[in-house]
Amino acid sequence: MTAYNFAYLDEATKRMLRRAILKAVAIPGYQVPFSSREMPMPYGWGTGGVQLTAACLVPEDTLKVIDQGADDTTNAVSIRKFFARVAQVATTEATGAASIIQTRHRIPEAPLQEGQILVFQVPIPEPLRFLEPRETETRTMHALEDYGLMQVRLYEDIARHGEIARAYAYPVRVEGRYIMDPSPIPKFDNPKLDNCPALQLFGAGRECRIYALPPYTRVESLDFEDYPFTPSKAAGQCCALCGAMDSYLDEVITDDAGGRMFVCSDTDYCATRVAVQAEDAA
Amino acid sequence: MTPLLQVEALSKYYGHHLGCADVHFTLWPGEVMGIVGESGSGKSTLLNCLAGHMPPDTGRVIFDTRDHGPRDTVVMTEAERRWLARTDWAFVHQNPRDGLRMNVSAGGNVGERLMAVGARHYGDIRAQAEDWLGRVEIDARRMDDRPRAFSGGMQQRLQIARNLVTGPRLVFMDDPTGGLDVSVQARLLDLLRGLVRRLGLSAVIVTHDLAEARLLADRLMVMKDGRVVEEGLTDQVLDDPQHAYTQLLVSSVLHA
Amino acid sequence: MIEIADVGKRFVLHNQGGAVLPVMEGASLTVAPGECVALVGASGAGKSTLMRMIWGNYRCDEGSIRVAGVELCNAEPRAVIALRRQSLGYVSQFLRVIPRVPTVQIVAEPLLAQEVGEDVALARAQAMLARLNIPQRLWALSPTTFSGGEQQRVNIARGFIHAWPVMLLDEPTASLDAANRAVVLALIAEAKARGAAILGIFHDAEARAAVCDREVDVTRFTPLRGEAA
Repeated sequence: MTAYNFAYLDEATKRMLRRAILKAVAIPGYQVPFSSREMPMPYGWGTGGVQLTAACLVPEDTLKVIDQGADDTTNAVSIRKFFARVAQVATTEATGAASIIQTRHRIPEAPLQEGQILVFQVPIPEPLRFLEPRETETRTMHALEDYGLMQVRLYEDIARHGEIARAYAYPVRVEGRYIMDPSPIPKFDNPKLDNCPALQLFGAGRECRIYALPPYTRVESLDFEDYPFTPSKAAGQCCALCGAMDSYLDEVITDDAGGRMFVCSDTDYCATRVAVQAEDAA
Repeated sequence: MTPLLQVEALSKYYGHHLGCADVHFTLWPGEVMGIVGESGSGKSTLLNCLAGHMPPDTGRVIFDTRDHGPRDTVVMTEAERRWLARTDWAFVHQNPRDGLRMNVSAGGNVGERLMAVGARHYGDIRAQAEDWLGRVEIDARRMDDRPRAFSGGMQQRLQIARNLVTGPRLVFMDDPTGGLDVSVQARLLDLLRGLVRRLGLSAVIVTHDLAEARLLADRLMVMKDGRVVEEGLTDQVLDDPQHAYTQLLVSSVLHA
Repeated sequence: MIEIADVGKRFVLHNQGGAVLPVMEGASLTVAPGECVALVGASGAGKSTLMRMIWGNYRCDEGSIRVAGVELCNAEPRAVIALRRQSLGYVSQFLRVIPRVPTVQIVAEPLLAQEVGEDVALARAQAMLARLNIPQRLWALSPTTFSGGEQQRVNIARGFIHAWPVMLLDEPTASLDAANRAVVLALIAEAKARGAAILGIFHDAEARAAVCDREVDVTRFTPLRGEAA
């Protein structure tokens, strides 16, 4: 593959991206505008994440790509193959073996390590967007820490549903300063954002925004004193395959007669546990 | 006593068109000042310059802040102005849709200012919102309804509750009863009168209604073509107007 | 308590060709504490104009009007408002009714402005309304629909609720029956006894004779109006 530069993007573009990443790392939670490129995949398929990954990749890297926690879904497979071709980097499905993990909608169950980079695909980076449609105004609100409105959204949830009903893309406050949309990860994953040893990068291709959480950043989920944040998941269920009680579960419909089962959304975590159990049994 | 608001040589132009020019006045704590004049006389321009919604071209607007004494709000940072706008100031728009969040419940509308200044206890916020809905005569059972389900008068009362919940010291009102039926106006006026007296509020009220000005304002400023043509004690301006325009204004009112 | 010296007043009607109407010149009078002075003179001679200038809703063009030590000529609005709140009471002929506000609240209002507790203020307002024979069932209603005499009595109750050191009375006994007239005259006598300086217009000669110590004829302050006179 000599027709493409290493990792698809030209060096000038990667430099532009790295500058934006450095700025984002310097101001945790702040949305840095960048000049998003056309990528050989549609918007909504992770063009922001792909550009970040391309800017971070070096030939020695090992890449893992997950979509909703799974390594084997179309989107994950396509992106993994893409970088295997245009950067010839090693790929893996093992969380612990990856140096860069691009993800959509999940944080892996296995704890991340120092030196790892987690790249999130972000559809709508602005947490205030559905409350305030004007970009000029939301930017001013961030600049002035004018965040009453965000809390109003949570208030409305409690008033209407008796609890904060938001189950994913649950807003967080970064280092007591910027309010940030953690991308549509389940709120179950929110605690993993906090004080994480890995570098976490967020890319929104269509919206042309990059933001970041440097390692060991303080990340708090917004809540009320009398309605504290709870990282919930499917109640009282365990994984039908590996029996895990502590992982985030997907509900899988198995037939047309209402049959269903709960399985780990993180396929690597689940497969690893199943393998260990098989070994123990043997 | 320190004046609450001192306005010096305030002018605002829209290109070559005059918004308001060379306005001076001093507002003392507890005073309610009315601004009257016809449409286009510069009343709303002046009010918006005072409230920091738009920068004047010249002049100073000195507000006696709680923590740092008199400060010129024109040269303040936007952050400081916004802080004032959600603590010490209130702004009641003529059209409640401009001052309310129509897709947020009544309780959320009232609670927003509390949350904006750091309130994080849902129960307390709700209790305060309920108290304020009561004060503006909105049934607590309507607390979780959105304002679009409210009548015009209720929306306006909700806007007032939303503004007063953080105990502001200076309230700007832009023709607060302008869009309402006469019967509803009376109720709102009575409510405003009571709140102003009980809370010791200072206010600047733009109105086109001289009867409303008489009822609410201690003093009056009459504007024409962007300039203040007459000012003084409300009943003196209305009963013994000196300027030709004020005489015309007063004599043009129909008495029912 | 009221000291008026060389007061002049004219109206300039800008919308009627700039016509100038001189209505008063060289007006001087004083009212001492405990004294009740009646303004007399033909209709149009300027009795009401002078009262309004002392109240402050007519501007004083020249001379000096001092009430309870406060100069009213060119006074700042807040000085006039403070004077009205603390020292100067006014019983006008007409009640300015505010829709929806109950009678007892209207009467108690001057006391509430004195930072008297709400309970005390309302109790005193009720006592005053009872004294002026306003039926108790009306106290909680707005006086909007009351008869002229009832409205006048509400007005008087409001005017006498606070012990103002200076009082202006504009026809306080007009449209009252004999019993209520006696109550009002008693209120005036009590105010005098506690040292209030009172200036009033009384068309009712008997009432005037009963409470007034002397009369001032305002005709001598009325300027000649040329051929229009």
